[in-house]
Amino acid sequence: MNAVVVASGLTKRYKNTAALDNASFRIEAGRIVGLIGPNGAGKTTALKAILGLTDFQGELSVLGLDPRKQRNKLMEQVCFIADVAVLPRWIRVSEAVDFVANTHPRFDRKKCEAFLARTKLTPDQRVKQMSKGMIVQLHLSLVMAIDARLLVLDEPTLGLDILYRKQFYQSLLEDYFDENKTIIVTTHQVEEVEHILTDLMFIRDGKIVLDADMDAVGERFAEVMVGADKAAAARALKPLDERQVFGKSIFLFDGVERAQLEALGEIRRPAVSDLFVATMKGTYA
Amino acid sequence: MKTPALNEMYWLVKREFWEHRGGFLWAPVITGGVFLLLNLMGIIAGEVIGAQHGVHFLFSDRIHILDHALSADEVARAGALMDMVMYSTSFIISIVLGFVVFFYCLGALYDDRRDRSLLFWKSLPLSDSATVLSKVVAGTLLAPVIAVVCGVVTGIAMLLLFVVALSFHGVGAWHLLAYAHPFRVIANLIGTIPLYALWALPATGWLLLCSAWARSKPFLWAAVLPAAVGAMLSWFNLIGPRVGTGWYWSDVCGRILLSVFPGSWLSAGNYQNVSNGAALNVLNLGSAYSVMGTPGFWIGTVAGLALLGGAIWLRRWRDDN
Repeated sequence: MNAVVVASGLTKRYKNTAALDNASFRIEAGRIVGLIGPNGAGKTTALKAILGLTDFQGELSVLGLDPRKQRNKLMEQVCFIADVAVLPRWIRVSEAVDFVANTHPRFDRKKCEAFLARTKLTPDQRVKQMSKGMIVQLHLSLVMAIDARLLVLDEPTLGLDILYRKQFYQSLLEDYFDENKTIIVTTHQVEEVEHILTDLMFIRDGKIVLDADMDAVGERFAEVMVGADKAAAARALKPLDERQVFGKSIFLFDGVERAQLEALGEIRRPAVSDLFVATMKGTYA
Repeated sequence: MKTPALNEMYWLVKREFWEHRGGFLWAPVITGGVFLLLNLMGIIAGEVIGAQHGVHFLFSDRIHILDHALSADEVARAGALMDMVMYSTSFIISIVLGFVVFFYCLGALYDDRRDRSLLFWKSLPLSDSATVLSKVVAGTLLAPVIAVVCGVVTGIAMLLLFVVALSFHGVGAWHLLAYAHPFRVIANLIGTIPLYALWALPATGWLLLCSAWARSKPFLWAAVLPAAVGAMLSWFNLIGPRVGTGWYWSDVCGRILLSVFPGSWLSAGNYQNVSNGAALNVLNLGSAYSVMGTPGFWIGTVAGLALLGGAIWLRRWRDDN
């Protein structure tokens, strides 16, 4: 197997709270992994550990390297967009391209210029004169021109309007992603990424509570719309969650036989956001 | 630019220049320009007032010295005077440079943490030691080179200004320019830059360390911490054994805060033997570099390197974004 990230027993404590609590996971090459969790669940800490930006306990190997000790070498193969608008405000488009072109060995200037040509950005424009969406366009143009093996995105579309958000993920899929690349993305806008994800990871209180590829998620979880007459039978099967719509109940089941569920009503594949809400019930209580 | 490490350093320093063009380039240019303007205004005022009162303040009584052939002594004095003019512009600009470098170092590892652009720089395959080193190079080599160029250009412009003013009075002073030593002045100023970079190390190290460490208000930490230590020492002096505090203020506090001001090595302690000679000789490279013979210089350099090491470590592991 060709694992890009292998983590075992990942632990990180801030004073008395555990941001990562003995988390273990494995990410294969050529996947798009959604790392989804409520605020403060440890998503960003996990990404920082992968990027060598923070110290931690446990074992972690990224592309076969230790991010704590071999960070410089690792960053030739790894890119990240941490949050929107982290480009320095004083830099001009041309300066940013020049700088990355001359310091990053895997940067393709022509590619970057082609991406920029599709935007309204001009070479003389400074980041401080741009809108949030334009900053992300510049950042994405820079990052997509780097032939990296792992791309880490931490809330890359926060605060962008829907046009920029759609364009962001569309560019990633059409112009960047291939079987040699791996993308890890965290976001709260689950609905927007669930169609592009190949793998799903839920994190809660520093622990990985769900780690499965999307096919497995579809097989394991099922949503059934049940009439009032069969609701009691459905509850007997211990659903994860139950909600009411138009006088009917929608139950979410984890690992219940298809045949049993078909007897109750119409089966649907649950949306990741519903799955998330059901899994994270009681997080803030 | 052939080796990757040199190429990386070149671009890192260039980045610093892009970001700090205002302090590195425009501050000395504007200072020189304002200095020239003030002198021009002074000359014009002198001319106007002189014309109103029928006297020539500026040149009236000394003007005859230019009429006869100058003696060797007068030639030397005229040359020294003009060299002094060129040094004086560089002196003014070097004070500005001191402030620029001080605040540059204080912000160099702090500003990008505050605006989170650190996360962009850290996404590139650049080592933290190269990054910190590039800031030292930008602050104590690049910025002084620009300042020297501005200082010398301003100085030459000043001389030309005076000569032109004299020629309006029918005094041809152009030949006097030949007695000045612009190349010696430039060589002395340029040659002093490596000394400056080494001498400033304790300050650049300390300021960069504070810059990499402070969660907020790096200036307060950088300035208040040494002052508080000094106050504690004074207090101990009051109640206990007298260890004195003068050494602390000048050799510790002064070095970690004020060494970024060029020429701060010219304190009396370092140059007792040359101070009785011609004043300008102290600026010659030989005497300037004699400060390297003092233990304080090398203790400061080693301490500065240690502080820089601390700054690099903090840059690598400080985790507050």
